[in-house]
Amino acid sequence: MSVASSLPHDAARLHVTGTARYVDDIPVPAGCLHLAFGISEVARGEITAMDLAEVRQSPGVVAVLTAADLPFANDVSPSIHDEPLLAEGTVNYLGQPLFAVVAESHLAARAAARKGRVEIAAEPPILTIDEAIAANSHFEDGPRIWSRGDAATALATAPRRLRGSVEIGGQEHFYLEGQAALALPQEGGDMIVHSSTQHPTEIQHKVADAIGRPMHAVRVETRRMGGGFGGKESQGNALAVACAVAARLTGRPCKMRYDRDDDMTITGKRHDFRIDYDVGFDDAGRVLALDFTQYARCGWAQDLSLPVADRAMLHADNAYFLPDVRITSHRLKTNTQSATAFRGFGGPQGMVGIERVMDEIAHAVGRDGAEVRRLNYYDAAEGGLPAPRRSSATPPGSISGQMKKPGTAHRSESGTGAAVRFGGAHSPGAAADRNTTPYGMEVTDFVLHEMTDRLLADSGYAARKAAVAEWNAASPILKKGIAFSPVKFGISFTLTFLNQAGALVHVYQDGSVHLNHGGTEMGQGLFQKVAQVAASRFGIPLDAVKITATDTAKVPNTSATAASSGSDLNGMAVKAACDTIRDRMAECLATLHQARPDQVRFADGQVEVGETRMTFAEAAALTYQNRVSLSATGFYKTPDLEWDRIRGHGRPFFYFAYGAAVTEVVIDTLTGENRILRADILHDCGASLNPAIDIGQIEGGYVQGAGWLTTEELVWDDEGRLRTHAPSTYKIPACSDRPDIFNVTLWDGENRAETIYRSKAVGEPPLMLGISAWLALSDACAACGPAYPDLQAPATAEAVLAAVERARG
Amino acid sequence: MEIAFLLNGETVNVPVPDPTVTLLDWLREERGLTGTKEGCNEGDCGACTVMVTDEQGARALNACILFLPQLQGKAVRTVEGIAGPGGSLHPVQEAMVDHHGSQCGFCTPGFVVSMAVGHLNGRRDHDDVLAGNLCRCTGYAPIVRAAEAAAEAPVPDWMQDRQPPHAAANGDPALPESADELAAWYAAHPEATLVAGATDVGLWVTKQMRDLGEVCFLNRCADLRGIEAQAGWLRVGAMTNMVEVHEAVRDRLPSYAELIRRYGSEQVRQAATIGGNIANGSPIGDNPPPLIALGAVLHLRKGDARRDLPLEDFFLDYGKQDRGPGEFVEAVSFPAEAPDLRCYKLSKRFDQDISAVCGAFNLTVRDGVVAEARIAFGGMAGIPKRAVAVEAALKGRPFDAAAVDAALPAFAEDFAPLTDMRASAEYRLTTAQNMLRRYHAERTGAAVDVLEVGP
Repeated sequence: MSVASSLPHDAARLHVTGTARYVDDIPVPAGCLHLAFGISEVARGEITAMDLAEVRQSPGVVAVLTAADLPFANDVSPSIHDEPLLAEGTVNYLGQPLFAVVAESHLAARAAARKGRVEIAAEPPILTIDEAIAANSHFEDGPRIWSRGDAATALATAPRRLRGSVEIGGQEHFYLEGQAALALPQEGGDMIVHSSTQHPTEIQHKVADAIGRPMHAVRVETRRMGGGFGGKESQGNALAVACAVAARLTGRPCKMRYDRDDDMTITGKRHDFRIDYDVGFDDAGRVLALDFTQYARCGWAQDLSLPVADRAMLHADNAYFLPDVRITSHRLKTNTQSATAFRGFGGPQGMVGIERVMDEIAHAVGRDGAEVRRLNYYDAAEGGLPAPRRSSATPPGSISGQMKKPGTAHRSESGTGAAVRFGGAHSPGAAADRNTTPYGMEVTDFVLHEMTDRLLADSGYAARKAAVAEWNAASPILKKGIAFSPVKFGISFTLTFLNQAGALVHVYQDGSVHLNHGGTEMGQGLFQKVAQVAASRFGIPLDAVKITATDTAKVPNTSATAASSGSDLNGMAVKAACDTIRDRMAECLATLHQARPDQVRFADGQVEVGETRMTFAEAAALTYQNRVSLSATGFYKTPDLEWDRIRGHGRPFFYFAYGAAVTEVVIDTLTGENRILRADILHDCGASLNPAIDIGQIEGGYVQGAGWLTTEELVWDDEGRLRTHAPSTYKIPACSDRPDIFNVTLWDGENRAETIYRSKAVGEPPLMLGISAWLALSDACAACGPAYPDLQAPATAEAVLAAVERARG
Repeated sequence: MEIAFLLNGETVNVPVPDPTVTLLDWLREERGLTGTKEGCNEGDCGACTVMVTDEQGARALNACILFLPQLQGKAVRTVEGIAGPGGSLHPVQEAMVDHHGSQCGFCTPGFVVSMAVGHLNGRRDHDDVLAGNLCRCTGYAPIVRAAEAAAEAPVPDWMQDRQPPHAAANGDPALPESADELAAWYAAHPEATLVAGATDVGLWVTKQMRDLGEVCFLNRCADLRGIEAQAGWLRVGAMTNMVEVHEAVRDRLPSYAELIRRYGSEQVRQAATIGGNIANGSPIGDNPPPLIALGAVLHLRKGDARRDLPLEDFFLDYGKQDRGPGEFVEAVSFPAEAPDLRCYKLSKRFDQDISAVCGAFNLTVRDGVVAEARIAFGGMAGIPKRAVAVEAALKGRPFDAAAVDAALPAFAEDFAPLTDMRASAEYRLTTAQNMLRRYHAERTGAAVDVLEVGP
């Protein structure tokens, strides 16, 4: 059975031969036009004059559009309609699109777009967190505050107390394929749009509004993206809408792709945060009270900032029980790019906050960081958990593919913590409930005690920590550091209604299968995983299943492929569609062969009905000839969710995914230069649908997370101009930046929650394993002196050198 | 202009009405060869990597900053030509599939070409071969596994590009064949833009969208290329690329060689020339600091007139060099050995990054005291600049920790660096000082390089 097999990415052969098509590779009909935006050169002000004569006269220009030329909605916002496609009067950030050039070529459009003479009455921009606080510039009516117990009193009575603050930089997605869209005008005013998007339905919706047509007139197709990482959840709207409007106007196909510098200047990035903390703890390092204040720099438009900031709050605990806790979240409005979704969606920033607290507590009490973390863990899952199915020594490979039996589900519904405690090695005594999150959700699947034991043992953590100390004692200039950090990440969209998915499956009379669902492929291997599900349901080889482009005309009303939810949601929807067809086939064949439907078996490309055996193709043909439909939709919605985001209470997540990492680094105390020497990771994918793809997500997520916290620095100048707007100045990890030794192992126990084949979501959680690299740098800095190094993020060489100086006191 | 080259084994004759059309745009828009991707359009991501073969062999280059005229007489192989004629996969392609080396797949064609060129040339230093290819999905681990797995497989016969039939000159004056031709033409066209490797000029076109006016491509001037060793000096022709410079100094000037290993990326070093890096006048070019520390002499030529000057004197002010109209850099000479030379490149990322600070130190200690001192920095001023005050503070003293400490304040006399997106002014000054401390520590045997530390 193909589920649980380490099959390559479905498009791997197309990738390596250069034949995988991305939006800009699609052959276009003759006469295709190309778009480019003219953008604002100031960060804040009012447009007083726009002289576009020179733009219009530029060679190859066919049309120039301003806000006044838009026939219908001037809106590309994914949330509260505060984001015009083209600026109307007010300019809100440096890089904001002011006008769109439609020209005969990409280069002609780009060249013309620079010739606009736009006069803007500039005002002092609000750029930084401090400036936004001072100006009281924020989204929503005020800060969100969630609390449990009485943090202020508990802080006052705690034996020990620390206050501190950490700056956490943003992150550019740097998807290798920039944003791109192609609009093909159809008869009767309809529009087909090819978009590099994680959210085809939103593209459809926005395009429909922009061309004044119902959604049924717009079909959006997305075969693949060259990377998304959240950056194509909403940021593709502008290109698709601009192309559709221009195509409607000219009657010609219109294509737009951002040049890299434009892409980085125009589009939103990961939110940068400042997190202040005030923590009370005991001499062992156990947290008693915690007061977090999170400041999120959201940029100029709301976009997805509210759920991002919510998720930062939801991960302010990471893996730790926080008895008395208050979390205050400020969503600050600034004259910068509108910060947007990025892998982890606020979760990583929240997690850096609490990991920073653990780091400083461990330093304060003089204990090992892993010990202090373990002391603060939530209790182990009651009732035990399914054991991992294989040892760490087993390389990813084919796993025996039995359908998992549903485990004993014993979740409590929400937050009351009435369950009987498991009396295992990691169980505490009769202490208070240590399983409820600050937002009132009981953690019932906590596996980090066992995972931590195994990772620390397998990575030789204790011995290596001693070796690092010994090495440092003999090395005056270079210092090593080592750190452990865990990840507990909540799985589900916190906007509960998004947790739904649809699928469309056809079985043709030759037994081949056409597969479609609402998820999009951005490299994460979703299509292959879901195809493995379909092949397994029908008991047919994978090559009998045709993976097809995401298409709003096949599956409507889809959610963004985001929140790590792709395979959970779409896998289940496809399973439902396949099972519908399979049940119909079974019923038909049973009737023909005087058997019961449950006696019909689908396996190994064969269908068995009692003593009769036929190929799946024969069975499909027979079903067709008996006039039974071989096409079905499937639908899935995640059960058991209940969430009140204003109160900050409920059960926002279906389950948690877990991971843990140990990273070792070396720094140069003269320059702050640093690098990762070794990373050991143990990550929980439930019962993996495809171990090779999951390991790929973990390796890639770790490196991306480590990059975020080390070399990836976004720099804006005093005018609000992003100075790091190309790979020459914005440095994502390169090949040699990966750890010299890089061990990744799957925990691979079954998910307690009833997910597709008991797997777990894997897209986002591994990114946060990279926090261990940042903590290891802190450890190396701490080796330079008695004081806490107060390392900030990203830990560039410059930041590390500053932390070394602070450690020296 | 019309040029001819081999494209995936077939001869193509291409009229070039605009000499600054890039190979990438031409491949994608004129030839429909969309396997070669545009990731950044500035030579930093490698998604557009192609294989170019000429008499020097096969190398990986970024097609986005490669102008069509530079290809006259060469052979180009794109990702579409890496698989065999019958569609059979190249060993690196097989390995990339087997080892899960692609996720979103957009960077993959560039990786495949870089890997195939490395494979053809027997390279095993995969991190260096792939330093110019960015991947945002995989974390690189499976890609390197694939490169290792394919290393021993034989090179497929289709990868051996022959010299194209039109390797000869096409007679266009914008493609001179020798320094003499160039000198005569340029003296008559002093306003023209000279294109050496186009790793910087390429961006004037792709990013600044500048009209370069009259353009002259120097890559066919064979006598501007190559290295002569004479009387303990190396004379390096201006069109010698950085890979060739690296080979020439690898054993003789290992610290300079290590700096070059981190200079740009494989694709950039294969295109970038030492003459271009100097003539460009950038304050953050990585060749001038070590060359100044070595006491290099620059050879300039205008028509038949030649003159020499110490390299540091070439850089007058930001954006201003001592180069007259119609005058060009013909070569640079420097001592072939300098056991005391150390070069330190400080950047946010080790590979393929522009220096925040690049320091080069060359102190000669005789009879227990600093007899000669040549120290030069990039990134600390508007030009590559000697640290004359620091040199003076060190000269005549024993080279010890006290002398180093005493010399540190002199850095502020030599330099008032700027704050930019790469580093703050304070950090630049501090680390420049600390580089002197590192130099002293290194000479006394301490471990100072994080790149030499293993897990």
